[in-house]
Amino acid sequence: MQAFAALLDRLTYTNSRNRKLELIADYLRATPDPDRGWALAALTGELDFPAVKSSIIRNLLTERVDPVLYTLSRDYVGDTAETASLLWPEPLGEQPPAPSLDETVALLRGMTRANVAVELPRLLDRLEANGRYALIKLATGAMRIGVSARLAKTAFAQAFDVNVEDVEEYWHGVDAPYEPLFDWAAKGADPPRLDLVPLFRPFMLAHPLEEREVDLADYAAEWKWDGIRVQIVHTAGKTRVYSRSGDDISDSFPEIADALPFPAVLDGELLVRGSHQGGEEGGAASFNALQQRLGRKTVSKKMMRDYPAFVRLYDVLLADSEDLREREWRERRAALESLMNRLDDDRFDLSSVIQAEDFTTLSQMREKARDSAIEGIMLKKRDSPYVAGRRSGLWYKWKRDPLLIDCVLMYAQRGSGKRSSFYSDFTFGCWDGDPDRGAELLPVGKAYFGFTDEELKWLDRHVRQNTVKRFGPVRETDKSLVLEVAFDSVHASKRHKSGLAMRFPRIHRIRRDKPAHEADRIDALQAMIRD
Amino acid sequence: MRDFGWIRAEPHGIHVVPCNAWIDPARPVERALITHGHADHARGGHGEVFATPETLAIMGLRYNTGEEGVGVPMRKPVDLGCGVTASWYPAGHVLGSAQILLEHAGERVVVTGDYKRRPDPTCPPFEVVPCDIFITEATFGLPVFRHPPIEEEIAKLTEALAAAPDRCVAVGAYALGKAQRVIAELRRLGHHDPIYLHGALEKMCALYEDHGVPLGELRPATGANKDEMRGRIVVCPPSALNDRWSRRLPDPITAMASGWMRVRQRARQRNVELPLIISDHADWDELTATIQEVDPQESWITHGREEALLRWCQLHQRRARALALVGYEDEDD
Repeated sequence: MQAFAALLDRLTYTNSRNRKLELIADYLRATPDPDRGWALAALTGELDFPAVKSSIIRNLLTERVDPVLYTLSRDYVGDTAETASLLWPEPLGEQPPAPSLDETVALLRGMTRANVAVELPRLLDRLEANGRYALIKLATGAMRIGVSARLAKTAFAQAFDVNVEDVEEYWHGVDAPYEPLFDWAAKGADPPRLDLVPLFRPFMLAHPLEEREVDLADYAAEWKWDGIRVQIVHTAGKTRVYSRSGDDISDSFPEIADALPFPAVLDGELLVRGSHQGGEEGGAASFNALQQRLGRKTVSKKMMRDYPAFVRLYDVLLADSEDLREREWRERRAALESLMNRLDDDRFDLSSVIQAEDFTTLSQMREKARDSAIEGIMLKKRDSPYVAGRRSGLWYKWKRDPLLIDCVLMYAQRGSGKRSSFYSDFTFGCWDGDPDRGAELLPVGKAYFGFTDEELKWLDRHVRQNTVKRFGPVRETDKSLVLEVAFDSVHASKRHKSGLAMRFPRIHRIRRDKPAHEADRIDALQAMIRD
Repeated sequence: MRDFGWIRAEPHGIHVVPCNAWIDPARPVERALITHGHADHARGGHGEVFATPETLAIMGLRYNTGEEGVGVPMRKPVDLGCGVTASWYPAGHVLGSAQILLEHAGERVVVTGDYKRRPDPTCPPFEVVPCDIFITEATFGLPVFRHPPIEEEIAKLTEALAAAPDRCVAVGAYALGKAQRVIAELRRLGHHDPIYLHGALEKMCALYEDHGVPLGELRPATGANKDEMRGRIVVCPPSALNDRWSRRLPDPITAMASGWMRVRQRARQRNVELPLIISDHADWDELTATIQEVDPQESWITHGREEALLRWCQLHQRRARALALVGYEDEDD
């Protein structure tokens, strides 16, 4: 338990992703089974102890500490678990030694609402402050240490020098504390069995095409739809819908999960019915419409009626229990097409292959993509297998060119980690009218990438030398610098004063040559809305 | 509530009425009695200043006012006129730090200034001075503040250093007191490598050494090349940790030595990777134990989290009141 507590503390204070990976990997190598497995389950959010609630902790404390002192402390510390860990009275008399993580998990699992008020204090008495903190965080399931499940799995792969995509794949076939997974990765045993659970398979991803040209004899083209990439898996009578990160989102989209009745693994874009993308023929609403459905634990009938979801299928990985991933794309495509008549066409349709004579024609079609509100084009090598991750030369994404607008730098904030001494988060604005007639700048977006290291140094110096006001970590600049901002699209938004929200804004160029009053106006941005 | 007419808590300091003297006043006065050299207690611009010789030397370094001050040795009563005497007793906070005992008409008042009860190689330990009214600080006046033994915290520092020989550890520490204590404790616990200093700390470290506190080999970080600082400790003011100054350091692990590091969010706010819970103030247990030991008729609680200590006094049937003094800052301890 102490090693786990020390790991949590270090992770709390580390901003760098690489250092977090190292810390977790070191822990996983140095810690025996089953403790390391429980730690991994805690980091990936797969432990649940329903008997232990934050309110229990509060009650235990106020029975032991003066309630006024508790409240004053809680208000200052700002976190119940931490307050409790610091305020917990040192026990009288000799205590059993600090428990291992395995013992801790077993004890927590054995707790019920009836006995938690007796059992939890016994456990807290055996630990010192940092151990108590880790215990409460573990028990109440709110780690908040900036570690995603994906990061923890990447650290696992790094610790034992195995492929992270394999880890993702086997992950769903085992339960905490994952001993078969450790046996495979650390001890060279056979990988865990996967045929009985609806497993997530890592997605095949694409590289940006950039300046390349490809021969359409070798590559098939499809439209790139703006939804979320999903995988629908049916195995042994169970169906799951997974997001790109491997999160199970079946509960948010039950109508999709119910619509795949035979063993298969399908890859596609989750969309809502509409005519925003590609008109009536395109048949898909904007990403904003889909957003109404995301992140819900349950979904009402009205929600499903107002925002009907469907999946536009791109690929098939397994069909009728046959693994097709080693087959060429053209064979998988044929298999997918032949599956379509077995699928409900309210819930599934096929991403059509674009018919273009040559690359130039395709390029012209892509030019028009913006008018049809389509994100771009995908290019897939016709003879490529389905491989996890981003393999060069197989799949390309060819997004439409970004939109550009000239904005004025308004505020800057320091970054974190490596960038903590640099002003690297920039807020920029556009004029709300004619700047020569007293118009004001309204913030329209925020960006913290797109620039080179050299440009960052220059921007940092500019901010320091042109600060007019400070608000804590934020500096307001004299609004003299024009930044050319690139972004994918812009939408109406009630949450922003400007009434606009940009998607993926980044600093494209620093326009030292351009005076601030020549920057763009809000109405120029408004004209780019395609909601 | 019992009150001595001759001593009053005003917003800008403790006023000793008969001799018109102020303790640690927040604005310039004609007659100031100073507990210790931190800027929020020892401000410049006073007429007459009474303080320990070490505190005067520290003030001299900061304000060039040393000559006007009256250096007062520990435990020697000074007659301030109108029947008031003042004596300085060690407070164990920083070099030269003292509590001030005021006596008038058979009544005794102790003003602690800032204090701690833990051993500190850079200054003599706090002494319990019996009194009627005990005016205590409460910087860490919440039961969540329990400072761990300094040996544990220094071990965290040296272990982090050993684990990353290609990096340095940049320790943010208050320029007066904390920096020197961290260095002296490192030396006491066997770390004899050169320690690199931010320019803002050099003079104060030299002053400590002049007053008989050896700090071992110190080198300026300014002008040192990156490679020679790998595997070394660099001490700087907390504000330098996230400033451009730190770019000269070889991939620093940012550490901060402060009692506030007990609270994770405080450490996170400062972007600290290695929080070291090292404080020159009394923690909760020391504050409450000291009130019990001194056993005054009444405690006045000032600068810090007065409310919780006041509550503790009520729970223990001790008379107490909270003072609202302005101008004390505790952020960097």
